[in-house]
Amino acid sequence: MLNIIRYTFYDLLRSRWSIFYMLFFMLTSTALLFLSNDLSSAIISLMNILLILAPLVGTIFGVIFYYNSSDFTELLLAHPLKRSTIFLGQLYGLCISLSLSLVLGLGIPFLFYGLLYSDAIFDFLILLVDGVVLTFIFVGLAYIIALKNDNKVKGFGYALLMWLIFAILYDGMLLVIMMQFQDYPLDTFSLVSTVLNPIDLSRILILLKLDISALLGYTGALYQKFFGTVVGISISFTLLAIWSLLPSGLVLRIATSKDF
Amino acid sequence: MTIFITSLCVQAQITVCTTCTISSIQQGIDLATAYDTVFVEEGVYFEYNIAIGKPLTILGENGAIIDGQKQGTILKVQTTNATISGLTLRHVGLSHTEEYAAVHVSNTKHFTLNRLTVEDAFFGFLIEGSSKGRITNNKLSGESEMEFYSGNGIHAWKSKELVITENEIRNLRDGIYLEFVDNSEVVNNLSENNIRYGLHFMFSNNNAYSNNTFTKNGAGVAVMFSKFIEMKDNHFLNNWGTASFGLLLKEIYDAEITGNTFDENTVAIAVEGSSRITYQHNKLSANGWGVKMSGGCYSNKFLSNAFSNNSFDVSFNSRLNDNEFTGNYWSTYSGYDLNKDGIGDVPHRPVKLFSYVVNKTPESIVLLRSFFVDLINFTENVAPVFTPVDLIDNSPLMRVPS
Repeated sequence: MLNIIRYTFYDLLRSRWSIFYMLFFMLTSTALLFLSNDLSSAIISLMNILLILAPLVGTIFGVIFYYNSSDFTELLLAHPLKRSTIFLGQLYGLCISLSLSLVLGLGIPFLFYGLLYSDAIFDFLILLVDGVVLTFIFVGLAYIIALKNDNKVKGFGYALLMWLIFAILYDGMLLVIMMQFQDYPLDTFSLVSTVLNPIDLSRILILLKLDISALLGYTGALYQKFFGTVVGISISFTLLAIWSLLPSGLVLRIATSKDF
Repeated sequence: MTIFITSLCVQAQITVCTTCTISSIQQGIDLATAYDTVFVEEGVYFEYNIAIGKPLTILGENGAIIDGQKQGTILKVQTTNATISGLTLRHVGLSHTEEYAAVHVSNTKHFTLNRLTVEDAFFGFLIEGSSKGRITNNKLSGESEMEFYSGNGIHAWKSKELVITENEIRNLRDGIYLEFVDNSEVVNNLSENNIRYGLHFMFSNNNAYSNNTFTKNGAGVAVMFSKFIEMKDNHFLNNWGTASFGLLLKEIYDAEITGNTFDENTVAIAVEGSSRITYQHNKLSANGWGVKMSGGCYSNKFLSNAFSNNSFDVSFNSRLNDNEFTGNYWSTYSGYDLNKDGIGDVPHRPVKLFSYVVNKTPESIVLLRSFFVDLINFTENVAPVFTPVDLIDNSPLMRVPS
């Protein structure tokens, strides 16, 4: 499996896309740091970009990579290799490559800016963890969609729809529901529904760390109470972990039974 | 002539010290005649309910401490022309029914409280029905934790022409509380870590406060049911919490709010039912809400203020607007300035749709900074449906005004 991970990794490096991805994050974070002159607000702006971009790039890369390497995958399948080795190897190779671009692209400018001497380092780490987890989740989901659909156009469409739902439509639905049922207590509902969507969960984790909690008023107090406790933190991180492992489990199940 | 000389000679000094024949302050006061000075030497005096019934100057040496042993009020001023200076007053009594204070001034004129240190205060200075007082250079601190079991730092009721300057007030309920107090000035004070308000006006007209700093209070300043208040060059910092404000205005009219700095408050200025207020040259940075208006607010003017990096610059809960926003700087402004005159060519709408939604459904704030919210804000900005159409800054500044 390590060999396949390594191969995938070098393949992506050769195609220069992971380099572009890294350079993009490097440029944006440098620009933000110099424009805002403040680590905290730069982290908030980066969060906005990251929460949209990491899932989107993960989704698109996942689908494209699967379709592009399908010939090679079939070649590998002819060899005496376990299917789990082949598919998980490719999946993790892609995830690791993208995550590395993200971590280096964000990390290097912040390091030069003096992150280590600042108390924002913990917030920044959460941002990085969120970015990596989101990459794993969305690459995995895209892989599932690609595995299920041999028609490239259909697969691509479904993948984009999936991103659209998680990144935008889900929040829209949430807002509509909250406004419709504003006469009822909505605290638990909003808490549960945000925890279920990995993008929302990542956003809330960063926002709470950046002390916007007070702004959230009464609801914020509830959130702070939930996420401030060991139970709340472990629940949210467990959920993130489940979210990032679930797709690869499904990939495994689908891939082992799929007829190539 | 003789009368004049004798009256000069009569102005004597009485010294009180723990080892002297006059070993208590009350004794010293009783022995003194009007316009004498009672000089209190270094030492701890265990006394309370000390009544000052004639015009005196009570001067404390460095290290002169009156300990009230938590029994009640320490000093009671019941005369005109009293001056109390240089003492340390500690352990004021605590009570649910009585308003015990370090210094209680009632129904008098021309009093001065100067260079006093109050530790472990219940109420610090309690001033009733008095006028022309000076309260300067004092340090007051308490150990307040609960609102219902704590008192105010400087509490004035039904008084006139007070001057409150250079005081430091910490850990009390309200730092300074003025009720039915007119024509007074509050200048250069520091009020921090108070559980309710840093400075609180109720039914007090024609007052001014300037150059004060309010940090980490439940709310920085609350001005309620008052007219003609001038608020100038104050700093409202870090009043941060689930129900905190920098400045809270409720039912006030004809005020001037000029040159103040608001940094990192949950709500910088919360306004309820207040009209004819001019906001000029204020700087609001990194607050949750910049200006949060609710109830009927009419004919207010916002001129040359700077709104930078607030989560919501202006929040407004009605579709009708009668307030003027002109020439302010908005960090969220996305227009351009082709003729380079420093004024943006496209008008700016400071009220975002999301702030309207949050007003209606507070729980929806969990969607803050999500992509969907940015999208609906953008669409609303292009074609306003829910937010007031005429709440608009027609000449937004391109740079922070200096």
